[in-house]
Amino acid sequence: MTVKEHFDSMDYGPAPESTTEAMAWLEGHKARFGHFIDGAFTAPGKGFETKNPASGKTLAKISQARQKDVDAAVKAARRAQPKWAALSGFERAKYLYALARALQKHARLFAVLETLDNGKPIRESRDIDIPLAQRHFYYHAGMAQLMASELPDRAPIGVCGQIIPWNFPLLMLAWKIAPALATGNTVVLKPAEYTSLTALLFAEICARIGLPKGVVNIVTGDGAVGEWIVEAEVDKVAFTGSTEVGKRIRAATAGSGKSLTLELGGKSPYIVFDDADIDSAVEGLVDTIWFNQGQVCCAGSRLLVHEGVAEVFHRKLKARMDKIRIGDPLDKCIDVGAVVDPVQLETITRMVDGNSEGETYKAATPVPEGCFYPPTLITGLSTSSALMQEEIFGPVLVSTTFRTPAEAVAVANNSRYGLAATLWTENLNLALDVAPKLAAGVVWVNATNLFDAAAGFGGVRESGFGREGGWEGLAAYTKPKAKPRALKAVTTAFTGVHALHDPIDRTAKLYIGGKQARPDGGYTQTIYGPRGDALGEVGLGNRKDIRNAVEAARGAKGWSATTGHLRAQILYYIAENLSVRADEFAARLKAMTGKPGRKEVDAALETLFTCAAWADKYDGRIHDVPIRGVALAMNAPVGVIGALCPDRAPLKGLIEVMAPAIAMGNRTVLVASEPFPLAATDFYQVLETSDVPGGVVNIVTGSHAELAPHLAAHNDVDALWSFSSTPLAGPIESASCGNLKRTHIAPAPGPVRDMLGHATEITNIWIPYGEG
Amino acid sequence: MRETIAPWQVSISPTARGKPMPQTTAKPTITQLPQVHLPRNAGMPLDLDWVARAQANTSAIERRAKTLPGRRTVKKDYQAAWLLKAVTCIDLTTLSGDDTAGRVRRLCAKARQPVRADILERLGVEGITTGAVCVYHDMIEPARAALAGSAIPVAAVSTGFPAGLSPFHLRVAEIEESVKAGAREIDIVISRRHVLTQNWQALYDEMSAFRAACGDAHVKAILATGELGSLRNVARASLICMMAGADFIKTSTGKESVNATLPVSLVMIRAIRDYCDATGFHVGYKPAGGISKAKDAVTYLALIKEELGDRWLQPDLFRFGASSLLGDIERQLEHHVTGAYSASYRHPLG
Repeated sequence: MTVKEHFDSMDYGPAPESTTEAMAWLEGHKARFGHFIDGAFTAPGKGFETKNPASGKTLAKISQARQKDVDAAVKAARRAQPKWAALSGFERAKYLYALARALQKHARLFAVLETLDNGKPIRESRDIDIPLAQRHFYYHAGMAQLMASELPDRAPIGVCGQIIPWNFPLLMLAWKIAPALATGNTVVLKPAEYTSLTALLFAEICARIGLPKGVVNIVTGDGAVGEWIVEAEVDKVAFTGSTEVGKRIRAATAGSGKSLTLELGGKSPYIVFDDADIDSAVEGLVDTIWFNQGQVCCAGSRLLVHEGVAEVFHRKLKARMDKIRIGDPLDKCIDVGAVVDPVQLETITRMVDGNSEGETYKAATPVPEGCFYPPTLITGLSTSSALMQEEIFGPVLVSTTFRTPAEAVAVANNSRYGLAATLWTENLNLALDVAPKLAAGVVWVNATNLFDAAAGFGGVRESGFGREGGWEGLAAYTKPKAKPRALKAVTTAFTGVHALHDPIDRTAKLYIGGKQARPDGGYTQTIYGPRGDALGEVGLGNRKDIRNAVEAARGAKGWSATTGHLRAQILYYIAENLSVRADEFAARLKAMTGKPGRKEVDAALETLFTCAAWADKYDGRIHDVPIRGVALAMNAPVGVIGALCPDRAPLKGLIEVMAPAIAMGNRTVLVASEPFPLAATDFYQVLETSDVPGGVVNIVTGSHAELAPHLAAHNDVDALWSFSSTPLAGPIESASCGNLKRTHIAPAPGPVRDMLGHATEITNIWIPYGEG
Repeated sequence: MRETIAPWQVSISPTARGKPMPQTTAKPTITQLPQVHLPRNAGMPLDLDWVARAQANTSAIERRAKTLPGRRTVKKDYQAAWLLKAVTCIDLTTLSGDDTAGRVRRLCAKARQPVRADILERLGVEGITTGAVCVYHDMIEPARAALAGSAIPVAAVSTGFPAGLSPFHLRVAEIEESVKAGAREIDIVISRRHVLTQNWQALYDEMSAFRAACGDAHVKAILATGELGSLRNVARASLICMMAGADFIKTSTGKESVNATLPVSLVMIRAIRDYCDATGFHVGYKPAGGISKAKDAVTYLALIKEELGDRWLQPDLFRFGASSLLGDIERQLEHHVTGAYSASYRHPLG
């Protein structure tokens, strides 16, 4: 081909990135790698080949860890942890800074290696993955520096087992390791089987900068290795990957006391309103569903277009798709590279071929032989189509339309997932109204796939829990310094034989939807005082009462939209009305427990005041992200919180659970103290006189062991807390898998400030701005 | 100003957007290039609904512009070919108060032979000239004389360039004088105040009058985007000028403090694309001012290729308004053929 021919065709031509240095690095290791344990590489063992998906060629041989390798890694991490945590923040910051610097100095090697191993375009690894990974270490060097002064009440969790996926190998490593190390934890990390190379290069760099041995350990292998890490003596498990595996990890760690964060799948909505900059919204899709071959957990894979502009939008979108260049990921002029593995390609192909609805458009762009899939758009799907609900994890966009903003929100939220969302409109009112209504941990306004270490990332619903990045991300790697004071366990209620002696019969009912309700089962139980005198009878709630209570709580959604000021007013009003009846409650507590109750009533009143005080002061943040714009970290209520209240301190315990939850706008289903339920049933009269809307607080009495599994398995409960003296962590956490509800299990409610954290989800809303 | 509307405008019936106008031929394919002349933009009635719908999200547009150079690149022979293409799209320009006939003759000589003959020979390409020579009215005559025998057109800036604030009838007369003097392309400046006050009808009428005054000469509408305040205004002004019959839309006079930028270009060429989708007419694009590096020129060509398509990568639909760009391209081309970095004194002055 001559210059003249190129002059006439104006084609791009090849622009290959050199692999010389990356291949030399592999050769330097004889293309065989062991594990990185206790500061050194083990001898390469039996294992598997890691391939370049674009060419199918083998790059290196990776060792498959055995149980004893995992044990050795965990042991090394355990040994290193106290010393690492004892270093000053400044000392840890220096190491993190050195890691950031090293990532920067070897940026091109990391980028080329990543592209070779994963198949993503070199532009993405060079301009996005590696710079974001560097940024994560820089940012968290700062967090190490500031931890002592800014988080004086938090301590490291300990040894963290971390399992990361293949779609952003080095970046996910950075998201896991940087905050863990900054806050004094040590780690055992397993990269994905397909993509271990950049983690191994990172390990080499850890050794080179003199990171104390055992602080970072990297073991390679398949899912079995991941399972061993989950089962090992680690204090925390952090996982990024599929929802299916995430649920298995939740089940496997249930009742173990291990802290857990999960960053899972998504089917994130991409909403285009009719007043949007249509061309920019079309371009945004290239940055989301055709970014990293669509193998992105937060990919805007569900397109929702305002019906009036749908035709124009789809036409423009198809034209744009035809311009996408797919091919050798090492070519600097390529938009879509290779799918990570033939297995993944087969999954994508099967899902798309299995769909018979709507119209499928494949980009009119040449697709090379091999592990490549063309950009694909499927229009005209309904919400009931399988492809509108299931994550494809490939370059396939599905599309439907909506008529009104309310309908857009309804369709967007019609998903088991809740990771990210994108919306396009030039109308500020519309954007700021819709963004917080979307069930998502991250919302991008007039942009998409913006990431930064300063802003938290993570999901709601079955997209997992916990945040990575920002101040909020540190919660996942720290715990309160003060151990919660365990309440003395109560195993059984008092028994007795004496008859009731109230002059007029009094029936304590359940309190559901703002009404007193008889228990569905029609059974009651007599409650006796310490001397055996009968104090009253309470209903024995069953699963149907739980169902009704959850339904009432779900229905009371107006509460979550009220202002903090109003919620504060109502909490004060509850305190006022409780105060009026303080003597009566004190007497009731004494009758039930045998101990003077006045102090407990006073403590309950103070907690109500504290929560009322916080109701309008638990501010979000504006993160300093490196764009012209803001990332608003907004605190949103978790939703419907179920809670098994402490058995001891039956009034104070109830208030310590209820008050922070409703202060933040949640609706609650509270299971009262099992042995001493009468304070709770008296308390609903206080609620009735305090303007608490029906359904915001629901009170069920009965057996914790019997009711907990129903609450835990209920898919419309967003979080479940237990402070019961019945040991329920195992059954609750394993039953919580259904919708991956957040669980918080502790011997007693923590300080109000901590409870507010449990009562809220942080949504990061990114709003770039600018005119001119 | 209504009386100045030419017959070509009133004869066009309103068309539904999305459908090409019946009189337009099918889009030409690569093999026909570039000999086939596209039908000239006939304009259309002012469609204020369309104008009002136009949006331009600054941040999103900036992101697209910023990431483009990382997404598209050309290397080796392809790069040389692209740089030569850029040369053919340059409106080699001198717009200075101290322009003289001699200065313009030298510029015209450079336009005829913009790249050293030995370099072209080694590249195996011949017949490379710049797209046009762009001068003030009084320099048309020497330029025309100096370019005689070549196909290089003379473009004249007009209508009270650069501010466009002289009496309207004089601005129209200036066009007529320049056309009479032999300019085949007229670069007019719009009244920025019509955009800033959202007086779209006035802008449409003004542009229509300028177009009518041009007759057969092609008209480039300079929006002076650096003075329009927002990208949304750029989008709207672009649409109005095309509706009123502009053959080209152009960013700047080169005299504003901010001239051609990638974000502004993106907005204008997206407007061109929409206009083509709606009417079938291909309107040209000319970024002017501030483009002085070979690498920038390649990025601009890539932007055009991506957003408008290959058909726009020809001098009949794309021009650079630039004076120092050529020098950098010459140095890059010499480097390409020799492998050694070049110096500016090795290339003839323009």
